[in-house]
Amino acid sequence: MSTHRVTRLHIDPTVCDGKGFCAELLPELIGLDEWEFPVILTGGLSTDVPAELLPDAKRSVAACPVGAIRLSKATK
Amino acid sequence: MTDHVRLLPADPATRRLLDLRRLEAHTAHFGPLPTVPGPKEGRPGPLAEQVGIAGLRGRGGGWFPTARKLHAVVESAGAKGAIARGNKPVVIANAMEGEHLSNKDKVLITHAPHLVLDGIQAAATTIGATSAFIAVHRGSPLVSILDLAIAERARIDSVRVEVITPPERYVASEETALAHWATDGVAVPVYGARPFQKGMNGRPTLVDNAETLAHLALITRHGGAWFASIGDPQAPGTTLVTVAGAVTHAGVIEVATGTPVVDILARCGGAAIGVRGFLTGGYGGAWARTDDVLAAQWTPVSMAAQGAVIGAGVLWALEPDSCPLRELARIAAYMAGESAGQCGPCRFGLPSVADDLSLLATAHVGPEDTHRLHERLALIVGRGGCKHPDGTARLISTGLHAFQDEVAHHLNGRCSARTTAPSIPLPPGRSIPVARAGKDFK
Repeated sequence: MSTHRVTRLHIDPTVCDGKGFCAELLPELIGLDEWEFPVILTGGLSTDVPAELLPDAKRSVAACPVGAIRLSKATK
Repeated sequence: MTDHVRLLPADPATRRLLDLRRLEAHTAHFGPLPTVPGPKEGRPGPLAEQVGIAGLRGRGGGWFPTARKLHAVVESAGAKGAIARGNKPVVIANAMEGEHLSNKDKVLITHAPHLVLDGIQAAATTIGATSAFIAVHRGSPLVSILDLAIAERARIDSVRVEVITPPERYVASEETALAHWATDGVAVPVYGARPFQKGMNGRPTLVDNAETLAHLALITRHGGAWFASIGDPQAPGTTLVTVAGAVTHAGVIEVATGTPVVDILARCGGAAIGVRGFLTGGYGGAWARTDDVLAAQWTPVSMAAQGAVIGAGVLWALEPDSCPLRELARIAAYMAGESAGQCGPCRFGLPSVADDLSLLATAHVGPEDTHRLHERLALIVGRGGCKHPDGTARLISTGLHAFQDEVAHHLNGRCSARTTAPSIPLPPGRSIPVARAGKDFK
């Protein structure tokens, strides 16, 4: 099996203020709870970003007014 | 039934715990602390190997292997020339006793403060720490005991120990919150790196519970094999348990791990007939049915198999006359008020589930209300910067499971309790946070 690089999206819950832009820009990966805080649909505080969603993921990072979202590269 | 006494020796005639607050009395009983070699070539001193042989696990609630923490701190300090940059490790002894039902660290420090202070010295020397702290909550009577003990041993200590007093808030005793407090005086948890990587002032920080360090002090004297000679092989040694609630003699006792829970209760004169269930671990622990708890041994694995936890070593028997759902609602409201207000799921989620529970407690609910409660509980877990929301959600979920018969009663508008009086003691209530961590965490 070959290893490959994947992009992961992380939410810092202590920074997040529930503005909800991320869920609007990236509904494939992020929803909102009843208090309008982001819920990563696969659970937890981070998720893999499929290549086709990378542009939207980058847009959601840029759109977050408090800088609560970041992307990282990981080897799988 | 054998009494295993290591940390809290008693007078054989009066059965009262020995007062070992004076260094002289402490040394006469336990012997002097041997010299502890420091770290070498990116590895902790040889004591860490003995701690590994001992199989010592953290007594603050996590039961994490202590030797692994010692190694991790030294490895972090060695990474990329961290020590060369003055990034020397720090030790913080956690004696906050954030779980209010727990009394073990208070009893330990009231009777044998030097054992904890020995443990701090041994740990600090092993990992090459240059500063050390012991955290007790503000206003605690332990402050003066520790100040006196530290002054008394100043001439023999190689690392200076400072008493720090964060505010008495539930999350203030969380390890990242303690490191945060030591850095800039704000006792709220930090998301991201663990203290062993980046703790006080960014330095690798060993945060260990006071009881854990007392055990470490005895391993320094007698070795790992001695420590592991009693107790459960997976989590050896003795441990302190706070037994309270509907038992004949509430108090803190020392038992070998693996002791059957029925024997622990017997040592406390037994539990009342008709006990409603047990709160295990503390407010951040788990509720369990009486029969399940009575079938367990006091080990993390055996307790978990019965749906219970050891956590901070709390075993609370709920009064036969009480309504478990009312108690659950009270604790949930308290835990909601203890949120630092940093993360949405905790800041808004915990008050919402606390509201759902107070409806359930008063028995004016329908199935849609309990359905919403379960949905919210599932949504809260795994989304906070610390484990406060997860711990609270677990307490509530285990309570709803353990007391499902009572839930059914309440859904029919009935309650089987004979009193509505509060049973479990809670600290004064605080308003539920609507804003981020405010001045009461400073």
